[in-house]
Amino acid sequence: MAAPRGRRVAPYAFILPALLLFTVFSIYPFYLLLQTSLLDWDGISPSPTFVGLRNYLEVLAQDRIFWTSFGQAGYVTLLALTLQNALALLLAIAVNRELRGGTIYRTIFFLPPILSEIVVGLIWFWIFDGNFGIFNEVLTAMGLGHFTRPWLADPQTALSAVAMIHMWKGFGWGFVMFLAGLQTIPDELYEAARVDGANAWYRFRHVTLPLLLPVCITVSILTILGTMQIFALIIATTQGGPAFHTEVPITRIFASMLGSGRFGYACAQGIVFGLILLVVSLIQLRFQRKTA
Amino acid sequence: MTGDDGRLTLLAQRARRWLGYLGWHALCLPIALSCVFPLAWMASSSLKTQRTVFSDFRLIPASPQWSNYAEAWTRGHFGVYFFNSLGYTAAVVTCVVSLAALAAYAFSRFTFKGSGLLYRVILSTMLIPIPGAFVALYILLNQMGLIDQGGDTWLPRLGYVLPQINAGLPFGIFILKPFFDKIPKELEESAEVDGCGVLGVFWHIMLPLARPALGVIALLTSLSVWNEFLLAYLVFSRPGLMPLQRGLMAFQGTHLTQYALLSAGMVISILPIVVIYLLMQRNIIRGITAGALKG
Repeated sequence: MAAPRGRRVAPYAFILPALLLFTVFSIYPFYLLLQTSLLDWDGISPSPTFVGLRNYLEVLAQDRIFWTSFGQAGYVTLLALTLQNALALLLAIAVNRELRGGTIYRTIFFLPPILSEIVVGLIWFWIFDGNFGIFNEVLTAMGLGHFTRPWLADPQTALSAVAMIHMWKGFGWGFVMFLAGLQTIPDELYEAARVDGANAWYRFRHVTLPLLLPVCITVSILTILGTMQIFALIIATTQGGPAFHTEVPITRIFASMLGSGRFGYACAQGIVFGLILLVVSLIQLRFQRKTA
Repeated sequence: MTGDDGRLTLLAQRARRWLGYLGWHALCLPIALSCVFPLAWMASSSLKTQRTVFSDFRLIPASPQWSNYAEAWTRGHFGVYFFNSLGYTAAVVTCVVSLAALAAYAFSRFTFKGSGLLYRVILSTMLIPIPGAFVALYILLNQMGLIDQGGDTWLPRLGYVLPQINAGLPFGIFILKPFFDKIPKELEESAEVDGCGVLGVFWHIMLPLARPALGVIALLTSLSVWNEFLLAYLVFSRPGLMPLQRGLMAFQGTHLTQYALLSAGMVISILPIVVIYLLMQRNIIRGITAGALKG
């Protein structure tokens, strides 16, 4: 028996709107990205010049600022991977022990992640202000007046200050991920370990950690992808300054595109950067599969 | 072992437990305070005058300037930004929820040529980072006349909304398809026997059942649209069209040191999401962890 007509047409009709948007705004731009990366084009001129792989060669061999910006995003990422995620895990373990006030802690820790990077950046921009910021005011009140400085405008501290703000915004997200992971570990496993006389460290090392490993890998991948592509927070705090000290890849791509009007070059930068991120996340996924 | 010894070890155990709890609180409490203080400081700054914001370092200002909010809302354009954000969010959420539901239902119930591949390709966009995609998106929107260049106001609004609908679809489909998979097929079959068409089954049976999942998608999509900045930065140049995040940067760009008014604008911009968060945090957190950990 043939299916009624409705059942034959329906799947295509149901998917069509989503597919249309997906084709126009995901697939076609992807093609446009690859194509434009081979051009020397200011974004306006009707006749772009085909330059082959020259944009790529320039990114790889000559663009010192781009690779510096890559390293700076890497620095923030490294801090987020270690400090931020260690703190997130520690707090998740604390709250998972049915600590009194645990739900209040959870509510508060997840407050920064729901705020926008712009708001978070502007709040801390004001706190870290060199002349009127509360941070310097508190330092002075504590007798540490000689440490005061314009934290986000001083080349020595700007990048670390940005990293600190980024971690402040991000740790609560890692915290809820770890907490969700911890809550899937059955209590019986801990009971059994306790009966066998295992101490707290041993239980953490041999029960918690192995079972939490998949969550750790997911959190690490998302931390790397999210932090390497940091952008709005930079715009709201330093805009890449002072003197390029907080430039990151995305701000460089923006500068190539809207600053110097080199659309083809901006695309090549984006593709090189994207490929690196892809390799990093594939390596981690393989690692996850091996441990699973 | 005597009874006294037993009581002593019990006491010691209890003391150790207490010390342990104290240690955990000693870790959590300062961090919780560090989360709240910057927000309190922003709220405090929003109630100071343009002079006292630089001189009065008390958390609760002597005479709170509630008029800052009126001034930010009108002269600072935050009223305009607010309603723009509201409109963009409503438009994107409505479209993401309905289009994702339609597509996910089709992926769940019908197999057609290439459906499996298409499903995987759409979901892969959630995992594969394409950091340069916004350059191509800008070129495309420019070709389509959807970048704000001073003419029509609806085209740039469309240019801001459409890519975000597309960006929200994979997550929506990803959450909804397994949800539809779990609903038994017999439900639809009996409805069809009763004379319900495919669309009728979808509308009257599947959508109501999927309401919890639709709610999570609506919540998380709202959050991401409300907080979106990069695309707004690319698309808009006229303040009258900007959403809040872009508006905050526009305000800061023209009134560099008006921290009291800027803070009032920030409070206006976060108030709705903080309220929704406090009411719905369980759903929001569940959606975020499920979205990331299932994948």
